Amino acid sequence: MSTPDNEPGSEPGTEPGTEPGDTRTQESARPEPEHRDADRWGGVLREIASGRAMTAFLSVLLAVIVGSLLIAATDEAVRDASKYLFAAPGDFFSAAWDSIWGAYTALFRGSIYNTNGADFETKIRPLTETCKFAAPLIAAGLGVGLAFRASMFNIGGRGQMLMAGAAAGWVGYQFDLPWPLHLTLAVVAGMVAGALWGGLAGFLKARTGAHEVILTIMLNYVAFYLLFYALSEQSLLQAPGSLNPKSLPMKESAVMPKLLGDRYNLHLGFVLALVAVAVVWWILNRSALGFRIRAVGLNADAARAAGINVGRTYTTVMLIAGALVGLAGANQVLGTVTSGIGVDLDAGIGFDAITVALLGRSRPLGILGAGLLFGAFKAGGFAMQASQNIPVDIVLVVQSLIVLFIAAPPLIQAIFRLPAKEAK
Amino acid sequence: MSTDVSMPIEQTPIAGVTTIVDRKPAVIFGLATAGLALILLFAGVSDDTTFRLATPDDWAELPAVTVPAAPTAWLLVLICALCTAVSVSLLLKERRTPMVLVVVFAISWMIGFLTWAAAGASIPMVGLLAGSLALAVPLVFGALGGVLGERAGVVNIAIDGQLLAGAFAAAVVGSMTGVTWFGLVAAMAAGMLVALLLGLFAISYFVDQVIVGVVLNVLIIGLTSFMFSQVLAPNAESLNNPPRFDKIDIPVLGGIPLIGPILFRQTAVVYILYVVVALVTWALYRTRWGLRVRAVGEHPQAADTVGIKVNRTRYRTIILAGAIAGMGGAFYTLVSVPQFNREMTGGAGYIALAAVIFGKWDPIRATLAALLFGFASNLQGVLSVIGSPVPSQFMLMLPYVVTIFAVAGLVGRSRAPAADGVPYIKG
Amino acid sequence: MQLVLRGITKRFGTLVANDRISLTVESGEIHCLLGENGAGKSTLMNVLYGLYQADEGEIELDGVVQHFTGPGDAMAAGIGMVHQHFMLIPVFTVAENVMLGNESTGFAGSLDTQAARERVREISERFGFDVNPDAVVEDIPVGVQQRVEIIKALSRDAEVLIFDEPTAVLTPQETDELMEIMRQLKGAGKAIVFITHKLREVREVADKITVIRLGKVVGEADPKSSNAELASMMVGRPVELTVHKGPGNFGDEALVVEGLTVHDDLGRVHVDDVSFTIRRGEILAVAGVQGNGQTELTEALLGLQAHVRGSIRLDGSELVGRSVRRILEAGVGFIPEDRTTDGLVGGFTIAENMMLNRSHGEPFVSHGSLRLDELHEFASDKLKEYDVRAPGIATLASQLSGGNQQKLVVARELSRDLRLLVAAQPTRGVDVGSIEFIHKQIVAGRDAGVPVLVVSSELDEVVALADRIMVLYRGRVVGVVPSDTPREVLGLMMTGERPEGAVA
Repeated sequence: MSTPDNEPGSEPGTEPGTEPGDTRTQESARPEPEHRDADRWGGVLREIASGRAMTAFLSVLLAVIVGSLLIAATDEAVRDASKYLFAAPGDFFSAAWDSIWGAYTALFRGSIYNTNGADFETKIRPLTETCKFAAPLIAAGLGVGLAFRASMFNIGGRGQMLMAGAAAGWVGYQFDLPWPLHLTLAVVAGMVAGALWGGLAGFLKARTGAHEVILTIMLNYVAFYLLFYALSEQSLLQAPGSLNPKSLPMKESAVMPKLLGDRYNLHLGFVLALVAVAVVWWILNRSALGFRIRAVGLNADAARAAGINVGRTYTTVMLIAGALVGLAGANQVLGTVTSGIGVDLDAGIGFDAITVALLGRSRPLGILGAGLLFGAFKAGGFAMQASQNIPVDIVLVVQSLIVLFIAAPPLIQAIFRLPAKEAK
Repeated sequence: MSTDVSMPIEQTPIAGVTTIVDRKPAVIFGLATAGLALILLFAGVSDDTTFRLATPDDWAELPAVTVPAAPTAWLLVLICALCTAVSVSLLLKERRTPMVLVVVFAISWMIGFLTWAAAGASIPMVGLLAGSLALAVPLVFGALGGVLGERAGVVNIAIDGQLLAGAFAAAVVGSMTGVTWFGLVAAMAAGMLVALLLGLFAISYFVDQVIVGVVLNVLIIGLTSFMFSQVLAPNAESLNNPPRFDKIDIPVLGGIPLIGPILFRQTAVVYILYVVVALVTWALYRTRWGLRVRAVGEHPQAADTVGIKVNRTRYRTIILAGAIAGMGGAFYTLVSVPQFNREMTGGAGYIALAAVIFGKWDPIRATLAALLFGFASNLQGVLSVIGSPVPSQFMLMLPYVVTIFAVAGLVGRSRAPAADGVPYIKG
Repeated sequence: MQLVLRGITKRFGTLVANDRISLTVESGEIHCLLGENGAGKSTLMNVLYGLYQADEGEIELDGVVQHFTGPGDAMAAGIGMVHQHFMLIPVFTVAENVMLGNESTGFAGSLDTQAARERVREISERFGFDVNPDAVVEDIPVGVQQRVEIIKALSRDAEVLIFDEPTAVLTPQETDELMEIMRQLKGAGKAIVFITHKLREVREVADKITVIRLGKVVGEADPKSSNAELASMMVGRPVELTVHKGPGNFGDEALVVEGLTVHDDLGRVHVDDVSFTIRRGEILAVAGVQGNGQTELTEALLGLQAHVRGSIRLDGSELVGRSVRRILEAGVGFIPEDRTTDGLVGGFTIAENMMLNRSHGEPFVSHGSLRLDELHEFASDKLKEYDVRAPGIATLASQLSGGNQQKLVVARELSRDLRLLVAAQPTRGVDVGSIEFIHKQIVAGRDAGVPVLVVSSELDEVVALADRIMVLYRGRVVGVVPSDTPREVLGLMMTGERPEGAVA
C-alpha cells in the first residue's frame, strides 16, 4: 500500500520531529491513507504513477490471460472437447489453444498488421484503424486525466461528448461555409459545448461543494435525454421527414479529411488528438495554470492558503477537460461517423476514457500510449468478432481488468510472487 | 468544502450563535408554484380529467373521480401558493418549514400537474402507482445496498454492476434449475461476489472506491454482454428462459381499495422487499450490529480503539449489501422481463445511487427517493400512452436533475457518513 | 494492578521509534512519561494499547505476560486510554459512545440503551462528572468530551488508565479539574500513565517521572526537580528557554484591526468584535487555549474566512473583502498552524513549494508559463540560507522532517517583501534545533521592521517572542498586556478573567 515517498524509512535524518505516530502533524509521515477529501484521488493517482513499468506490463499480461480463459471457456469446440477431457485431454488442450490462438491472431491482424492482406497497403490498414479508434480515446482520456490531476473525477465524458457531438454536428449540417472554415467552426462549436457541459459540473462543485462524481454521472443522463429530445423534434435536430432520432448527415465542407487517401479511414482527428497531447503536456508541465491545477489536486487547502482560487481552478479544469472530451465528440460526428448525430454517438468512449486516463497515469504521454493500446483493442476486437465470432465485449473485460490490476500493485506482486518493495 | 461558499447570514446581537434558517423550501415552493401557474396560463386546458381508482377485486368499489381540469388545477395552484405563503412567513419568523407542509405541497402540486397533463383523458391511478412500484423495486434494493455500504464507509458506485450481475445469474440459474427461488439465491450470490471484488480492491488494497466502482461496472457490462452473446444467445432455450415469480394476492389486504392492488397483489420478491426495508432500518439504528456499522463509517479509528474490527465489519456489511442489491437484479429477469438482455438495467444502479444521496443515507428516505424516481419514470410511460403534452425525455430526466439539485444543496444539504470512501489503514 | 513494560522496541521501516523501553507502573500511582514531541511516547502507548505490535519486548500485567493483537485485548485486560485526539464518534450520543464495542443487548442483538445510560449516570455521579448521557458528542464542550473518554474507560473496568497529552485542548481551569480527576482516580486505586511534554503539569501531579528522548528512556526524574533540570533531560542538552531579542525599535501602527467578527457557515461566532494594532517592528503574540478563535483570527487576516465583518487595515489599505491572492500581494506572509495541511503541498518538490504562493506572475511566471531556471536558482539559494536539510531542491516536501518542512515554509514566506507576518503555531511539532532557528528568523524579521503577529498555544513561546501579549478567550480580547506580565496573570486571563491592572 501507500506511496513509497511517504514511507517513514525514507526520511532523511532522524530528528525527533520525524518520528511517526507520535503527534498528529507527523501522521503524514506514516503510511496512512489520505484522510482528506482533496487527497482522495491524489493518493491513488500517485500510487498508479509510482507503479513501475513492470507492474503495468504484468497487469496487461494478466488481463489478457484472464481474457483468454474466458474465450476458451465459452468456445463451443472447447466445451465439446471438455466432455471427454479425460479420455482425450489432447483434444481439449488443442481446442482451447486453437480458440485462444485464433482470437489473438485475429486481434493482431485487426489492429496492427494483417498478414492475410493482398498487398502492403492492405496489410498495414489495421494500424491506421487502430489510430482512428485511438484518436477519440486519447482526446477524451486527456480530458479525464487533466481533471484527475486536479483531483477531480470526471465521469461525465459521455455527457460532454453528447453535447459536443450535437453542437459540432449541428454546425456541420446546418451551415453552408467553405471547407476549412466550416470544419474549424464545427470543431470549435463541439469543444465549446463540451467545455460548457464539463464546466457546469466544475462550477457547481466550486460553488456548492457538490461532489463532481455524482454531478457528472447525473449530467450524463441529462445530456442523453436532452439530445434524445432534440433528435425527436423536427424543429430541433431531427432530420426532416425522419422518424428516427437522427440528424441530417454532415456537409462535405465540415467533414474531417482523410489523412492517407480514401483507402483508409484515418482522418484528421488523429492529428488533432496528437496536438491535444502536446498542448496538455505544456499546460501541465510548463504553465502557471498547470502548476495551480497540480497544487489544487495534491493539496487544495495549501493551494487556497497560497492565494490560489481553488473554486476557479475547478471550474477552469473542467472547462478544459470538457473541451478535450468535446474534441472526441466532434471527432466522432465530423470524422468517424459522418452520417448524422445519433444518441449513441459517444460509442462508450466517455467511459473508456476513464480507463485510458488511469492506465496512462494521467500523464499526457501515458494517455497517448494507453489510447493507442485500447484503440488497438477496439480495432482488433471488431476484427475478432467478424472473423472468430468472439463478441467484442471481451475488450471491455480485458480493459477493465487491466485498470483494476494496475491500481493494486500489491495484488500483482502477490500473484506473480514478486518481492514486495515495501519494508512493511 | 468551504471554498467560496458564501451565503448571507443574519447576525443577531447575541454573541455565540447566529441563527440561519434554510430558505430553500420557501424558494423551491415559490418556483414550483409559479411554474405550474405558468403552464396553466400558457397551455390552458378545458376538458375534464378522470382519476380511476378501482380494480375488480376490491371490497368496495371506489367511484372514478371526474373533475373539470382547469378549475381543479387552478385550485391546487392556490393550495400550493398558500403553502408557499406559510413557508415564507415561517422563514421571516426564523422557523423551519415543517415536513407536513412539504408533503401537502408535493401532493397538491403533483395532482395539479396530473390534472393538467391528463386533461381530456382518464388516469388509471392504480396502474400508475403499481407500475411505479414495479419500476422502483430494483432501485429500492439497490439503494438499500448502497445505504448499507456507505454507512460502513464504502462508497458503492458498483450498484449497477450488482444489479446486472444479479439479473444475469438469476436468469441463468433460474433457467437451468427451473426454480425461481434458486434464481433469486444465485442473484444474491452474484451481488455478493461483486461486493467481494469491491472489498478486495477498496478495503484490502486501498484502491480508490469510486475508481473500483466505475471499473467494476464496466467489467460486469463486458462480462455479461460477452457471456450473453457467446453463450446465452445460442442456447436461449436452456440458459435464458427463466421461470417467473407469480403474483400473490394477499387475502384481505389485497382487497383494500386503491392500496390493496398496489401494495398487496405483488410477487414474493416485493414482499421480501418490504421485509428487507424494515429489517435494514431496524438493524441499522437499533442493534449492536448497526451501531458498529455506523461507528465504522463515521470514525473507523475510534471503532478500532474499542476493539471493533473495522475492515472485517466493512467486508461483512458490503457483502450483505451486495446480496440485497443482487436481489434487485433478480427482479428484472424473474419478474419484469422474461429473459436476460445485454445492459438490461439501463443504468438503474446510478439512479439507486442517486436515491442513496437524495435519501441522505437513511434507509427509509432512500426507499422513498427510489419510489419517487420510479414514479417519475412510470408517469412518463402513462402520460405518453394517454398522449400528454410533456415530452417523455423530460420526465425520464427528472431523477437526475433532482439529484443534481440535491447534491448542489438546493434542497437541503445532506451529510454523508464522515469516513465514507476513506480506506482504513492501521498503523 | 502492576503494569510492567520490558524492553519494548518498535520500528517503522528503518526508523526506531521505541528502543528497548522498560517501565513499571503501580496501582494508586501517577506515572508521568515526559518527552518532546516525537520522542516516542505515543508510539509506546499505542503498543501498550494493542494498536501497534511491538517488534521486541513484552508487556506484563500482575506478572502475567500479555499478547495484545488489538485494542480489544488490551481493554479486556484492564487497560483504558484517553486519546489525544478523542476517539469519540461525533454524531453519536454519549451513551452510544460509551457502550460502543461493549454493548449490552436484548432480543436479536437489539441495543439496551437504557443500561448504557444508567452506566454513564452512575460513573458520572461517582466522580462528579456532570455528563448527560443523551447529549450528542459534537454538541458538548471539549472538556466534557474528555470526561466521556474517561467514562468509556471506566465503564470497561479499566485498572490502568493512559492519558495521552490530555491537556493540549483544555483551558488552565479545565486542566486543574483534570488534575483533580486524576488524583481521584489514583485514590480509587487505578494506575495512571500521564503522557505530556508540559513540565508544570508533571511537577504538579506526578509520583514518578520517566523521561524519554529519541525513543529511549534517558532516566527517571524526581517530581521535585526544577523546570530547567527536567527540560535539559528531555532535550538532552541545556535549553535556552528564552529567545535573544534586543529592545524593539517600533515604528508607526502598520496593522489596525477594528471590530473584527468572524463566524462559520453554521453561524457560530469564533472571533467576536476584536480590535488591536501592531506597530512596525513589533511582535504581538496571541495567547489563549486552543480553540478560542486564534485559528479564525489568523485565517481572517489572510482572507481565508468566508464570513468576516469589521475592518483590517494594513498600512492604511483595507484587507477585508479582498481575495487571499490580493492579500498576499499586499505583502502579508503566513505561516499556517498546520503546515502539512495548509503550508505545503507534500507531493510537490521543494522548488515547487517555494513558488506556491507566487504562481500568478513575476518572478517565476511570465506570460502564463513557468520560469524554471529562475525558480531553481532561487530555491537552491534559500535552501542554504534557511538551513533546510534535504538532498536537493527536487526532493518532495513530504519526505522532509517536520522541522525542515517548517523551515521551508518560513523560507518561502520571509523571502518575500513583507509588510506583515502572521505566524500561527510556528514551532508546533518541530525539533528543538529548528525551534531556535525559526524563532531567530521571526525576531530578525521584526528587527527589520516587519510587524509580526504570532499565535501560540505554548505560553513559553508567547512570552519568549512577544513585545506585547494579547489574550483571547471565546473569541474576545481579554486584554493586551506587556510581555513581562506574570504567568499566573496570563493563565487567569486565558480563562476569561481580567485581573486588575492587566491592561496595556
